Amino acid sequence: MDFIRFFNARWQTILQLTLEHLVIVLVAMVISILLGVTVGILICRSRVLARIVLSLAGIMMTLPSLALFSLLIPLLGIGKAPAIVGLVAYTQLPLIRNVHTGITGISPAIIEAAQGMGLTEWKILFRIKLPLAFPAVMAGIRTATVMGIGIGAIAAYIGAGGLGVFIFQGISRTNDKMVLIGAIMISLISILTDRFLGRIQRRFDR
Amino acid sequence: MIRFDCVSKRYPLEATAAVDDLSLHVRPGEICMLVGPSGCGKTTTMKMINKLITPSAGTITIEGRDSQALDTIALRLNIGYIIQEIGLFPHMTVAENIATVPVELGWKPARIAARIDELLDLVDLDPAIYRQKKPRELSGGQKQRVGVARALAADPRIMLMDEPFGALDPITRAKMQDEFLKIQEKLRKTIVFVTHDIEEAMKMGDRIAVLKAGRMVQLGTPMEILAHPADPFVSELIGGRQALKMLNLIFCDRLMRQVAVADRALGAEAALRLAAEPGAARMVLSSGGVRERFYVDGQSLELAGGDLAAAARPITTTMRPRASAQDALSEMFRTGDRFLFVEDDSRQIQGVIELEDLFRQVKGCEHAGQA
Repeated sequence: MDFIRFFNARWQTILQLTLEHLVIVLVAMVISILLGVTVGILICRSRVLARIVLSLAGIMMTLPSLALFSLLIPLLGIGKAPAIVGLVAYTQLPLIRNVHTGITGISPAIIEAAQGMGLTEWKILFRIKLPLAFPAVMAGIRTATVMGIGIGAIAAYIGAGGLGVFIFQGISRTNDKMVLIGAIMISLISILTDRFLGRIQRRFDR
Repeated sequence: MIRFDCVSKRYPLEATAAVDDLSLHVRPGEICMLVGPSGCGKTTTMKMINKLITPSAGTITIEGRDSQALDTIALRLNIGYIIQEIGLFPHMTVAENIATVPVELGWKPARIAARIDELLDLVDLDPAIYRQKKPRELSGGQKQRVGVARALAADPRIMLMDEPFGALDPITRAKMQDEFLKIQEKLRKTIVFVTHDIEEAMKMGDRIAVLKAGRMVQLGTPMEILAHPADPFVSELIGGRQALKMLNLIFCDRLMRQVAVADRALGAEAALRLAAEPGAARMVLSSGGVRERFYVDGQSLELAGGDLAAAARPITTTMRPRASAQDALSEMFRTGDRFLFVEDDSRQIQGVIELEDLFRQVKGCEHAGQA
Protein backbone atom coordinates (compact mmCIF):
# COMPACT_ATOMS: atom_id res chain seq x y z
CA MET A 1 0.00 0.00 0.00
CA ASP A 2 2.83 2.25 0.93
CA PHE A 3 4.38 1.61 -2.43
CA ILE A 4 1.26 2.55 -4.41
CA ARG A 5 0.78 5.72 -2.39
CA PHE A 6 4.39 6.64 -3.16
CA PHE A 7 3.83 5.98 -6.87
CA ASN A 8 0.63 8.06 -6.95
CA ALA A 9 2.35 10.98 -5.27
CA ARG A 10 5.33 10.95 -7.65
CA TRP A 11 3.87 9.76 -10.95
CA GLN A 12 4.61 13.03 -12.76
CA THR A 13 8.30 12.84 -11.87
CA ILE A 14 8.37 9.18 -12.79
CA LEU A 15 6.78 9.90 -16.17
CA GLN A 16 9.20 12.73 -16.82
CA LEU A 17 12.24 10.62 -15.92
CA THR A 18 10.94 7.73 -18.03
CA LEU A 19 10.55 9.98 -21.06
CA GLU A 20 14.00 11.41 -20.47
CA HIS A 21 15.40 7.90 -20.23
CA LEU A 22 13.65 6.89 -23.46
CA VAL A 23 14.91 9.95 -25.33
CA ILE A 24 18.53 9.39 -24.27
CA VAL A 25 18.42 5.71 -25.21
CA LEU A 26 16.55 6.38 -28.46
CA VAL A 27 19.02 9.02 -29.64
CA ALA A 28 21.95 6.83 -28.60
CA MET A 29 20.52 3.77 -30.33
CA VAL A 30 19.77 5.57 -33.61
CA ILE A 31 23.38 6.76 -33.73
CA SER A 32 24.67 3.41 -32.52
CA ILE A 33 22.73 1.39 -35.08
CA LEU A 34 23.75 3.64 -37.97
CA LEU A 35 27.39 3.50 -36.87
CA GLY A 36 27.42 -0.19 -35.95
CA VAL A 37 25.74 -1.37 -39.15
CA THR A 38 28.03 0.76 -41.29
CA VAL A 39 31.14 -0.45 -39.49
CA GLY A 40 29.82 -4.03 -39.60
CA ILE A 41 29.40 -3.81 -43.38
CA LEU A 42 32.79 -2.19 -43.90
CA ILE A 43 34.78 -4.74 -41.90
CA CYS A 44 33.44 -7.58 -44.06
CA ARG A 45 36.03 -6.53 -46.65
CA SER A 46 39.03 -7.55 -44.58
CA ARG A 47 39.47 -10.33 -42.09
CA VAL A 48 42.30 -8.51 -40.30
CA LEU A 49 40.28 -5.32 -40.00
CA ALA A 50 37.32 -7.31 -38.72
CA ARG A 51 39.43 -8.86 -35.98
CA ILE A 52 40.84 -5.52 -34.87
CA VAL A 53 37.49 -3.72 -34.85
CA LEU A 54 35.68 -6.55 -33.10
CA SER A 55 38.33 -6.71 -30.36
CA LEU A 56 38.09 -2.95 -29.85
CA ALA A 57 34.32 -3.11 -29.59
CA GLY A 58 34.73 -6.05 -27.23
CA ILE A 59 37.03 -4.04 -24.97
CA MET A 60 34.48 -1.21 -24.94
CA MET A 61 31.85 -3.59 -23.68
CA THR A 62 33.98 -5.24 -21.01
CA LEU A 63 34.87 -1.83 -19.57
CA PRO A 64 32.65 -1.26 -16.51
CA SER A 65 30.00 1.20 -17.65
CA LEU A 66 30.54 3.39 -14.62
CA ALA A 67 34.23 3.69 -15.53
CA LEU A 68 33.41 4.40 -19.16
CA PHE A 69 31.07 7.23 -18.25
CA SER A 70 33.58 8.66 -15.76
CA LEU A 71 36.31 8.58 -18.39
CA LEU A 72 34.12 10.69 -20.68
CA ILE A 73 33.72 13.52 -18.14
CA PRO A 74 37.14 15.14 -18.80
CA LEU A 75 36.42 15.00 -22.55
CA LEU A 76 32.77 15.95 -22.80
CA GLY A 77 31.82 17.19 -19.34
CA ILE A 78 28.60 16.03 -17.78
CA GLY A 79 25.05 15.83 -19.09
CA LYS A 80 23.29 14.08 -21.92
CA ALA A 81 26.03 14.33 -24.56
CA PRO A 82 28.65 12.17 -22.78
CA ALA A 83 25.85 9.77 -21.77
CA ILE A 84 24.85 9.27 -25.39
CA VAL A 85 28.47 8.86 -26.50
CA GLY A 86 29.00 6.31 -23.75
CA LEU A 87 25.91 4.35 -24.71
CA VAL A 88 26.91 4.34 -28.37
CA ALA A 89 30.38 3.04 -27.53
CA TYR A 90 28.97 0.48 -25.15
CA THR A 91 26.44 -1.01 -27.58
CA GLN A 92 28.70 -1.29 -30.63
CA LEU A 93 29.86 -4.86 -30.13
CA PRO A 94 26.55 -6.74 -30.54
CA LEU A 95 25.70 -4.60 -33.56
CA ILE A 96 29.02 -4.85 -35.39
CA ARG A 97 29.44 -8.53 -34.57
CA ASN A 98 25.97 -9.51 -35.71
CA VAL A 99 26.15 -7.54 -38.95
CA HIS A 100 29.55 -9.10 -39.61
CA THR A 101 28.45 -12.70 -38.89
CA GLY A 102 25.20 -12.10 -40.76
CA ILE A 103 26.97 -10.99 -43.91
CA THR A 104 29.98 -13.29 -43.83
CA GLY A 105 27.65 -16.22 -43.13
CA ILE A 106 25.94 -15.86 -46.51
CA SER A 107 26.85 -18.71 -48.86
CA PRO A 108 29.60 -17.52 -51.24
CA ALA A 109 27.67 -19.17 -54.09
CA ILE A 110 24.84 -16.68 -53.65
CA ILE A 111 27.23 -13.75 -53.86
CA GLU A 112 29.05 -15.30 -56.83
CA ALA A 113 25.78 -15.86 -58.66
CA ALA A 114 24.76 -12.25 -58.00
CA GLN A 115 28.11 -10.94 -59.27
CA GLY A 116 28.08 -13.22 -62.29
CA MET A 117 24.58 -12.10 -63.23
CA GLY A 118 25.71 -8.50 -63.29
CA LEU A 119 24.50 -6.93 -60.05
CA THR A 120 26.63 -4.01 -58.85
CA GLU A 121 28.30 -4.09 -55.42
CA TRP A 122 25.67 -1.68 -54.06
CA LYS A 123 22.80 -3.75 -55.34
CA ILE A 124 24.35 -6.90 -53.94
CA LEU A 125 24.63 -5.13 -50.57
CA PHE A 126 21.09 -3.78 -50.45
CA ARG A 127 19.20 -6.47 -52.34
CA ILE A 128 21.09 -9.59 -51.31
CA LYS A 129 23.46 -9.19 -48.36
CA LEU A 130 21.44 -6.96 -46.03
CA PRO A 131 18.11 -8.76 -46.53
CA LEU A 132 19.82 -12.09 -45.91
CA ALA A 133 21.71 -10.77 -42.89
CA PHE A 134 18.58 -9.09 -41.56
CA PRO A 135 17.66 -11.68 -38.89
CA ALA A 136 21.17 -11.50 -37.45
CA VAL A 137 21.26 -7.69 -37.65
CA MET A 138 17.88 -7.47 -35.97
CA ALA A 139 19.02 -9.80 -33.19
CA GLY A 140 22.01 -7.50 -32.68
CA ILE A 141 19.76 -4.45 -32.55
CA ARG A 142 17.59 -6.14 -29.91
CA THR A 143 20.53 -7.06 -27.73
CA ALA A 144 22.11 -3.63 -28.10
CA THR A 145 18.88 -1.77 -27.35
CA VAL A 146 18.06 -3.80 -24.25
CA MET A 147 21.63 -3.26 -23.08
CA GLY A 148 21.34 0.43 -23.79
CA ILE A 149 18.15 0.77 -21.74
CA GLY A 150 19.81 -0.92 -18.78
CA ILE A 151 23.12 0.94 -18.98
CA GLY A 152 21.16 4.16 -19.49
CA ALA A 153 20.40 4.06 -15.77
CA ILE A 154 24.10 4.51 -14.99
CA ALA A 155 24.12 7.64 -17.14
CA ALA A 156 22.30 9.44 -14.35
CA TYR A 157 25.61 9.27 -12.49
CA ILE A 158 27.09 11.82 -14.90
CA GLY A 159 24.02 14.02 -14.83
CA ALA A 160 22.16 12.79 -17.85
CA GLY A 161 18.90 12.31 -16.03
CA GLY A 162 16.58 9.42 -16.74
CA LEU A 163 15.31 6.68 -14.46
CA GLY A 164 18.79 6.21 -13.03
CA VAL A 165 18.19 9.41 -11.07
CA PHE A 166 15.57 7.60 -9.00
CA ILE A 167 17.85 4.68 -8.33
CA PHE A 168 20.84 6.79 -7.31
CA GLN A 169 18.73 9.07 -5.14
CA GLY A 170 17.02 6.06 -3.60
CA ILE A 171 20.38 4.57 -2.72
CA SER A 172 21.77 7.74 -1.13
CA ARG A 173 18.56 8.35 0.82
CA THR A 174 18.13 4.66 1.61
CA ASN A 175 14.69 4.89 0.07
CA ASP A 176 14.11 1.41 -1.30
CA LYS A 177 10.79 2.43 -2.90
CA MET A 178 12.60 4.83 -5.23
CA VAL A 179 15.18 2.21 -6.15
CA LEU A 180 12.46 -0.31 -6.79
CA ILE A 181 10.38 1.99 -8.98
CA GLY A 182 13.42 2.98 -11.03
CA ALA A 183 14.38 -0.67 -11.51
CA ILE A 184 10.87 -1.81 -12.34
CA MET A 185 10.36 0.94 -14.90
CA ILE A 186 13.65 0.13 -16.59
CA SER A 187 12.83 -3.58 -16.72
CA LEU A 188 9.39 -2.80 -18.09
CA ILE A 189 10.81 -0.63 -20.87
CA SER A 190 13.39 -3.32 -21.68
CA ILE A 191 10.83 -6.09 -21.92
CA LEU A 192 8.38 -4.07 -24.00
CA THR A 193 11.09 -2.85 -26.38
CA ASP A 194 12.48 -6.35 -26.80
CA ARG A 195 9.03 -7.71 -27.58
CA PHE A 196 8.33 -4.91 -30.03
CA LEU A 197 11.65 -5.44 -31.86
CA GLY A 198 11.08 -9.18 -31.82
CA ARG A 199 7.76 -8.67 -33.56
CA ILE A 200 9.42 -6.58 -36.28
CA GLN A 201 12.09 -9.25 -36.71
CA ARG A 202 9.53 -12.00 -37.15
CA ARG A 203 7.48 -9.98 -39.59
CA PHE A 204 10.48 -9.62 -41.89
CA ASP A 205 11.58 -13.20 -41.48
CA ARG A 206 8.77 -14.39 -43.65
CA MET B 1 31.84 -15.42 -80.55
CA ILE B 2 34.23 -15.87 -77.66
CA ARG B 3 37.89 -15.88 -78.54
CA PHE B 4 40.82 -16.46 -76.22
CA ASP B 5 44.15 -15.27 -77.56
CA CYS B 6 47.19 -16.42 -75.59
CA VAL B 7 45.37 -15.90 -72.31
CA SER B 8 47.22 -16.61 -69.07
CA LYS B 9 46.28 -16.20 -65.45
CA ARG B 10 48.97 -16.17 -62.81
CA TYR B 11 48.37 -15.65 -59.12
CA PRO B 12 51.04 -14.03 -57.01
CA LEU B 13 52.96 -16.49 -54.82
CA GLU B 14 52.04 -19.40 -57.06
CA ALA B 15 54.75 -21.08 -59.08
CA THR B 16 52.56 -22.38 -61.90
CA ALA B 17 50.02 -20.45 -63.91
CA ALA B 18 46.35 -21.27 -63.30
CA VAL B 19 45.77 -20.83 -67.02
CA ASP B 20 48.75 -20.95 -69.32
CA ASP B 21 48.76 -19.40 -72.79
CA LEU B 22 45.29 -20.53 -73.80
CA SER B 23 43.96 -19.86 -77.27
CA LEU B 24 40.46 -21.03 -78.01
CA HIS B 25 37.64 -19.92 -80.22
CA VAL B 26 34.14 -20.76 -79.05
CA ARG B 27 31.89 -20.70 -82.08
CA PRO B 28 28.40 -19.23 -82.15
CA GLY B 29 25.70 -21.70 -81.17
CA GLU B 30 27.98 -24.45 -79.93
CA ILE B 31 28.42 -26.02 -76.54
CA CYS B 32 32.13 -25.90 -75.82
CA MET B 33 33.06 -28.12 -72.91
CA LEU B 34 36.01 -27.33 -70.68
CA VAL B 35 36.99 -30.59 -69.07
CA GLY B 36 39.81 -31.65 -66.82
CA PRO B 37 40.63 -32.61 -63.23
CA SER B 38 40.22 -30.10 -60.43
CA GLY B 39 42.84 -27.40 -60.53
CA CYS B 40 43.28 -27.65 -64.29
CA GLY B 41 42.09 -24.07 -64.78
CA LYS B 42 38.73 -24.77 -66.37
CA THR B 43 36.68 -22.67 -63.96
CA THR B 44 39.31 -19.90 -64.03
CA THR B 45 39.06 -19.91 -67.82
CA MET B 46 35.30 -19.60 -67.66
CA LYS B 47 35.32 -16.84 -65.08
CA MET B 48 37.64 -14.76 -67.21
CA ILE B 49 34.88 -14.53 -69.82
CA ASN B 50 32.52 -12.58 -67.55
CA LYS B 51 35.42 -10.82 -65.84
CA LEU B 52 34.97 -12.41 -62.43
CA ILE B 53 38.68 -13.07 -62.89
CA THR B 54 41.02 -10.74 -64.79
CA PRO B 55 43.57 -12.39 -67.07
CA SER B 56 47.23 -11.60 -66.43
CA ALA B 57 48.08 -11.76 -70.12
CA GLY B 58 46.39 -12.14 -73.47
CA THR B 59 43.05 -10.92 -74.72
CA ILE B 60 39.53 -12.28 -74.61
CA THR B 61 37.30 -11.07 -77.41
CA ILE B 62 33.56 -11.35 -77.00
CA GLU B 63 31.45 -10.83 -80.12
CA GLY B 64 34.34 -9.03 -81.71
CA ARG B 65 35.18 -6.70 -78.83
CA ASP B 66 37.97 -6.87 -76.29
CA SER B 67 36.33 -7.84 -73.02
CA GLN B 68 38.59 -5.53 -70.99
CA ALA B 69 37.11 -2.59 -72.88
CA LEU B 70 33.54 -3.72 -72.24
CA ASP B 71 31.52 -2.45 -69.28
CA THR B 72 31.66 -5.25 -66.72
CA ILE B 73 28.08 -4.94 -65.49
CA ALA B 74 26.59 -4.68 -68.99
CA LEU B 75 28.68 -7.66 -70.09
CA ARG B 76 27.52 -9.81 -67.19
CA LEU B 77 23.87 -8.83 -67.65
CA ASN B 78 24.16 -10.17 -71.19
CA ILE B 79 25.71 -13.50 -70.24
CA GLY B 80 23.71 -16.26 -68.61
CA TYR B 81 25.54 -17.66 -65.60
CA ILE B 82 24.86 -20.97 -63.90
CA ILE B 83 26.97 -22.52 -61.14
CA GLN B 84 26.87 -25.87 -59.41
CA GLU B 85 25.61 -24.44 -56.12
CA ILE B 86 23.02 -22.56 -58.20
CA GLY B 87 23.07 -19.61 -55.79
CA LEU B 88 19.36 -18.91 -55.88
CA PHE B 89 18.55 -15.94 -53.65
CA PRO B 90 16.83 -17.62 -50.68
CA HIS B 91 14.84 -14.55 -49.63
CA MET B 92 13.23 -14.14 -53.03
CA THR B 93 10.54 -16.19 -54.72
CA VAL B 94 11.24 -18.24 -57.82
CA ALA B 95 9.65 -15.47 -59.91
CA GLU B 96 11.78 -12.77 -58.26
CA ASN B 97 14.91 -14.85 -58.79
CA ILE B 98 14.17 -15.25 -62.48
CA ALA B 99 13.29 -11.57 -62.78
CA THR B 100 16.67 -10.39 -61.44
CA VAL B 101 18.38 -9.58 -64.73
CA PRO B 102 15.25 -8.34 -66.59
CA VAL B 103 14.62 -5.94 -63.68
CA GLU B 104 18.21 -4.71 -63.98
CA LEU B 105 17.71 -4.21 -67.69
CA GLY B 106 14.63 -2.10 -66.98
CA TRP B 107 11.99 -4.34 -68.55
CA LYS B 108 8.32 -3.44 -68.02
CA PRO B 109 6.60 -5.49 -65.26
CA ALA B 110 4.12 -7.05 -67.71
CA ARG B 111 6.93 -8.21 -69.97
CA ILE B 112 8.83 -9.64 -67.01
CA ALA B 113 5.77 -11.52 -65.75
CA ALA B 114 5.15 -13.02 -69.18
CA ARG B 115 8.81 -13.97 -69.50
CA ILE B 116 8.81 -15.71 -66.10
CA ASP B 117 5.90 -17.92 -67.11
CA GLU B 118 7.45 -18.65 -70.48
CA LEU B 119 10.72 -19.71 -68.86
CA LEU B 120 9.08 -21.83 -66.17
CA ASP B 121 7.21 -23.64 -68.94
CA LEU B 122 10.48 -24.08 -70.81
CA VAL B 123 12.16 -25.74 -67.85
CA ASP B 124 9.05 -27.82 -67.22
CA LEU B 125 7.85 -26.23 -63.98
CA ASP B 126 4.19 -25.25 -63.79
CA PRO B 127 4.22 -21.43 -63.39
CA ALA B 128 1.00 -21.45 -61.37
CA ILE B 129 2.60 -23.71 -58.77
CA TYR B 130 6.20 -22.57 -58.74
CA ARG B 131 6.09 -18.82 -59.39
CA GLN B 132 5.58 -17.91 -55.72
CA LYS B 133 7.61 -20.68 -54.10
CA LYS B 134 10.78 -19.93 -52.17
CA PRO B 135 13.97 -21.78 -53.12
CA ARG B 136 13.95 -23.77 -49.86
CA GLU B 137 10.69 -25.42 -50.95
CA LEU B 138 12.31 -26.88 -54.08
CA SER B 139 14.18 -30.13 -54.67
CA GLY B 140 17.73 -30.07 -56.03
CA GLY B 141 16.57 -30.71 -59.57
CA GLN B 142 13.86 -28.07 -59.38
CA LYS B 143 16.37 -25.56 -58.00
CA GLN B 144 18.65 -26.14 -60.94
CA ARG B 145 15.72 -25.77 -63.33
CA VAL B 146 15.06 -22.36 -61.78
CA GLY B 147 18.79 -21.66 -62.08
CA VAL B 148 18.62 -22.41 -65.80
CA ALA B 149 15.48 -20.28 -66.18
CA ARG B 150 17.14 -17.41 -64.31
CA ALA B 151 20.21 -17.57 -66.52
CA LEU B 152 18.06 -17.57 -69.65
CA ALA B 153 15.82 -14.76 -68.40
CA ALA B 154 17.01 -11.92 -70.60
CA ASP B 155 17.69 -14.26 -73.52
CA PRO B 156 21.48 -13.86 -73.49
CA ARG B 157 23.42 -15.06 -76.50
CA ILE B 158 26.16 -16.49 -74.31
CA MET B 159 25.81 -18.82 -71.34
CA LEU B 160 28.46 -19.90 -68.87
CA MET B 161 27.77 -23.09 -66.96
CA ASP B 162 30.05 -24.29 -64.18
CA GLU B 163 29.27 -27.92 -63.39
CA PRO B 164 25.58 -27.07 -63.37
CA PHE B 165 24.39 -30.62 -62.83
CA GLY B 166 27.31 -31.76 -60.67
CA ALA B 167 25.42 -31.80 -57.37
CA LEU B 168 22.42 -33.73 -58.64
CA ASP B 169 21.80 -37.45 -58.24
CA PRO B 170 22.62 -39.51 -61.35
CA ILE B 171 19.01 -39.94 -62.49
CA THR B 172 18.04 -36.28 -62.12
CA ARG B 173 21.35 -35.36 -63.65
CA ALA B 174 20.82 -37.42 -66.81
CA LYS B 175 17.31 -36.04 -67.10
CA MET B 176 18.49 -32.46 -66.75
CA GLN B 177 21.21 -33.04 -69.33
CA ASP B 178 18.70 -34.42 -71.82
CA GLU B 179 16.26 -31.61 -71.20
CA PHE B 180 18.96 -29.00 -71.46
CA LEU B 181 20.11 -30.43 -74.79
CA LYS B 182 16.52 -30.22 -76.00
CA ILE B 183 16.30 -26.58 -74.91
CA GLN B 184 19.64 -25.85 -76.55
CA GLU B 185 18.45 -27.39 -79.81
CA LYS B 186 15.77 -24.69 -79.89
CA LEU B 187 17.76 -21.76 -78.52
CA ARG B 188 21.23 -22.31 -80.02
CA LYS B 189 23.08 -20.36 -77.35
CA THR B 190 26.84 -20.11 -77.35
CA ILE B 191 27.72 -22.07 -74.25
CA VAL B 192 30.90 -22.58 -72.30
CA PHE B 193 30.29 -25.55 -70.04
CA VAL B 194 32.75 -26.60 -67.33
CA THR B 195 32.80 -30.16 -66.04
CA HIS B 196 35.24 -32.65 -64.59
CA ASP B 197 33.16 -35.51 -65.95
CA ILE B 198 34.33 -36.68 -69.36
CA GLU B 199 31.10 -38.65 -69.87
CA GLU B 200 29.12 -35.44 -69.44
CA ALA B 201 31.52 -33.64 -71.77
CA MET B 202 31.00 -36.33 -74.43
CA LYS B 203 27.25 -36.18 -74.05
CA MET B 204 26.76 -32.43 -73.94
CA GLY B 205 29.61 -31.04 -75.98
CA ASP B 206 29.78 -30.06 -79.62
CA ARG B 207 33.46 -29.64 -78.94
CA ILE B 208 35.61 -30.45 -75.96
CA ALA B 209 38.67 -28.62 -74.70
CA VAL B 210 40.68 -30.88 -72.43
CA LEU B 211 42.69 -28.92 -69.87
CA LYS B 212 45.54 -30.10 -67.72
CA ALA B 213 47.51 -27.92 -65.31
CA GLY B 214 46.38 -24.73 -67.03
CA ARG B 215 47.18 -25.86 -70.54
CA MET B 216 44.82 -27.02 -73.24
CA VAL B 217 46.04 -30.47 -74.26
CA GLN B 218 43.38 -31.22 -76.83
CA LEU B 219 40.48 -29.55 -78.59
CA GLY B 220 38.07 -31.47 -80.74
CA THR B 221 34.67 -33.03 -81.21
CA PRO B 222 33.83 -35.85 -78.81
CA MET B 223 34.36 -38.29 -81.66
CA GLU B 224 37.78 -36.90 -82.51
CA ILE B 225 38.85 -37.07 -78.92
CA LEU B 226 37.60 -40.63 -78.51
CA ALA B 227 39.17 -41.74 -81.76
CA HIS B 228 42.49 -40.00 -81.29
CA PRO B 229 43.33 -38.90 -77.77
CA ALA B 230 46.24 -36.46 -78.03
CA ASP B 231 48.29 -37.95 -75.23
CA PRO B 232 48.23 -40.55 -72.45
CA PHE B 233 46.54 -38.03 -70.15
CA VAL B 234 43.55 -37.70 -72.45
CA SER B 235 43.43 -41.48 -72.91
CA GLU B 236 43.37 -41.93 -69.19
CA LEU B 237 40.66 -39.31 -68.84
CA ILE B 238 38.53 -41.16 -71.39
CA GLY B 239 39.24 -44.33 -69.46
CA GLY B 240 39.29 -47.01 -72.14
CA ARG B 241 36.50 -48.73 -74.08
CA GLN B 242 36.65 -45.89 -76.62
CA ALA B 243 34.87 -47.83 -79.34
CA LEU B 244 31.94 -48.62 -77.07
CA LYS B 245 31.77 -44.97 -76.00
CA MET B 246 31.69 -43.94 -79.65
CA LEU B 247 28.48 -45.88 -79.96
CA ASN B 248 27.00 -43.28 -77.62
CA LEU B 249 27.82 -40.54 -80.09
CA ILE B 250 26.37 -42.20 -83.16
CA PHE B 251 22.63 -42.02 -83.56
CA CYS B 252 20.23 -44.34 -85.31
CA ASP B 253 19.17 -41.72 -87.86
CA ARG B 254 22.74 -41.54 -89.11
CA LEU B 255 23.27 -45.26 -88.82
CA MET B 256 20.20 -46.63 -90.53
CA ARG B 257 19.72 -47.36 -94.18
CA GLN B 258 16.46 -46.53 -95.89
CA VAL B 259 14.39 -49.67 -95.82
CA ALA B 260 13.23 -51.20 -99.06
CA VAL B 261 9.49 -51.59 -99.45
CA ALA B 262 7.85 -54.67 -101.01
CA ASP B 263 4.30 -54.08 -102.13
CA ARG B 264 2.04 -57.05 -101.45
CA ALA B 265 0.19 -56.37 -104.70
CA LEU B 266 3.36 -56.88 -106.74
CA GLY B 267 3.87 -60.33 -105.27
CA ALA B 268 6.84 -62.44 -104.24
CA GLU B 269 8.45 -62.29 -107.63
CA ALA B 270 9.10 -58.58 -107.41
CA ALA B 271 10.16 -58.91 -103.78
CA LEU B 272 12.73 -61.54 -104.61
CA ARG B 273 14.18 -59.38 -107.34
CA LEU B 274 14.37 -56.50 -104.88
CA ALA B 275 16.07 -58.69 -102.30
CA ALA B 276 18.84 -59.42 -104.74
CA GLU B 277 19.78 -55.75 -104.91
CA PRO B 278 22.51 -54.56 -102.58
CA GLY B 279 21.37 -53.04 -99.32
CA ALA B 280 17.85 -54.42 -99.55
CA ALA B 281 18.24 -57.64 -97.64
CA ARG B 282 15.22 -56.85 -95.54
CA MET B 283 12.04 -55.28 -96.80
CA VAL B 284 9.00 -53.80 -95.13
CA LEU B 285 5.74 -55.04 -96.57
CA SER B 286 3.25 -52.51 -97.74
CA SER B 287 -0.23 -52.66 -99.06
CA GLY B 288 -1.92 -49.80 -100.81
CA GLY B 289 1.14 -47.63 -100.14
CA VAL B 290 0.85 -48.06 -96.36
CA ARG B 291 3.81 -49.62 -94.63
CA GLU B 292 2.89 -52.54 -92.44
CA ARG B 293 4.67 -53.75 -89.34
CA PHE B 294 5.78 -56.89 -91.19
CA TYR B 295 8.95 -57.58 -93.05
CA VAL B 296 10.36 -60.23 -95.38
CA ASP B 297 13.93 -61.14 -96.28
CA GLY B 298 15.54 -63.38 -98.86
CA GLN B 299 15.71 -66.29 -96.47
CA SER B 300 12.10 -66.11 -95.36
CA LEU B 301 10.94 -65.78 -98.97
CA GLU B 302 12.87 -68.87 -99.92
CA LEU B 303 11.53 -70.87 -96.99
CA ALA B 304 7.99 -69.85 -97.79
CA GLY B 305 8.45 -71.00 -101.33
CA GLY B 306 7.62 -67.65 -102.82
CA ASP B 307 4.48 -67.04 -100.84
CA LEU B 308 4.73 -63.42 -99.70
CA ALA B 309 2.05 -63.72 -97.02
CA ALA B 310 3.68 -66.84 -95.54
CA ALA B 311 7.14 -65.25 -95.60
CA ALA B 312 5.98 -62.15 -93.67
CA ARG B 313 7.37 -61.83 -90.15
CA PRO B 314 6.22 -59.29 -87.58
CA ILE B 315 8.47 -56.37 -86.70
CA THR B 316 8.94 -56.56 -82.96
CA THR B 317 11.98 -54.44 -82.15
CA THR B 318 12.26 -50.85 -83.26
CA MET B 319 14.35 -47.85 -82.24
CA ARG B 320 13.72 -44.15 -82.55
CA PRO B 321 16.03 -42.07 -84.79
CA ARG B 322 17.52 -40.19 -81.80
CA ALA B 323 18.44 -43.39 -79.96
CA SER B 324 22.16 -44.02 -79.81
CA ALA B 325 24.00 -46.82 -81.51
CA GLN B 326 24.71 -48.18 -78.04
CA ASP B 327 20.98 -48.46 -77.41
CA ALA B 328 20.62 -50.24 -80.76
CA LEU B 329 23.43 -52.65 -79.95
CA SER B 330 21.96 -53.40 -76.56
CA GLU B 331 18.61 -54.10 -78.19
CA MET B 332 20.26 -56.49 -80.66
CA PHE B 333 21.90 -58.37 -77.80
CA ARG B 334 18.57 -58.56 -76.02
CA THR B 335 16.64 -59.94 -78.97
CA GLY B 336 19.46 -61.97 -80.49
CA ASP B 337 18.71 -60.51 -83.93
CA ARG B 338 21.48 -59.00 -86.01
CA PHE B 339 19.23 -56.20 -87.19
CA LEU B 340 16.50 -53.89 -86.05
CA PHE B 341 14.14 -51.38 -87.57
CA VAL B 342 13.99 -47.64 -87.01
CA GLU B 343 10.62 -45.94 -86.77
CA ASP B 344 9.92 -42.23 -86.76
CA ASP B 345 7.73 -40.38 -84.29
CA SER B 346 4.59 -41.29 -86.23
CA ARG B 347 5.58 -44.98 -85.89
CA GLN B 348 6.35 -45.30 -89.60
CA ILE B 349 9.15 -47.75 -90.28
CA GLN B 350 11.86 -45.66 -91.91
CA GLY B 351 14.97 -47.71 -91.93
CA VAL B 352 16.85 -50.75 -90.86
CA ILE B 353 20.14 -51.16 -89.01
CA GLU B 354 22.26 -54.26 -89.47
CA LEU B 355 24.92 -55.32 -86.99
CA GLU B 356 27.56 -54.79 -89.68
CA ASP B 357 26.49 -51.16 -89.91
CA LEU B 358 27.60 -50.67 -86.33
CA PHE B 359 31.01 -52.13 -87.02
CA ARG B 360 31.36 -50.08 -90.17
CA GLN B 361 30.31 -46.83 -88.48
CA VAL B 362 32.73 -47.16 -85.58
CA LYS B 363 35.56 -48.05 -87.95
CA GLY B 364 34.57 -45.11 -90.16
CA CYS B 365 34.53 -42.72 -87.24
CA GLU B 366 38.02 -43.72 -86.25
CA HIS B 367 39.18 -42.77 -89.71
CA ALA B 368 37.14 -39.59 -89.87
CA GLY B 369 38.57 -38.52 -86.53
CA GLN B 370 42.04 -38.70 -87.99
CA ALA B 371 41.69 -35.36 -89.75
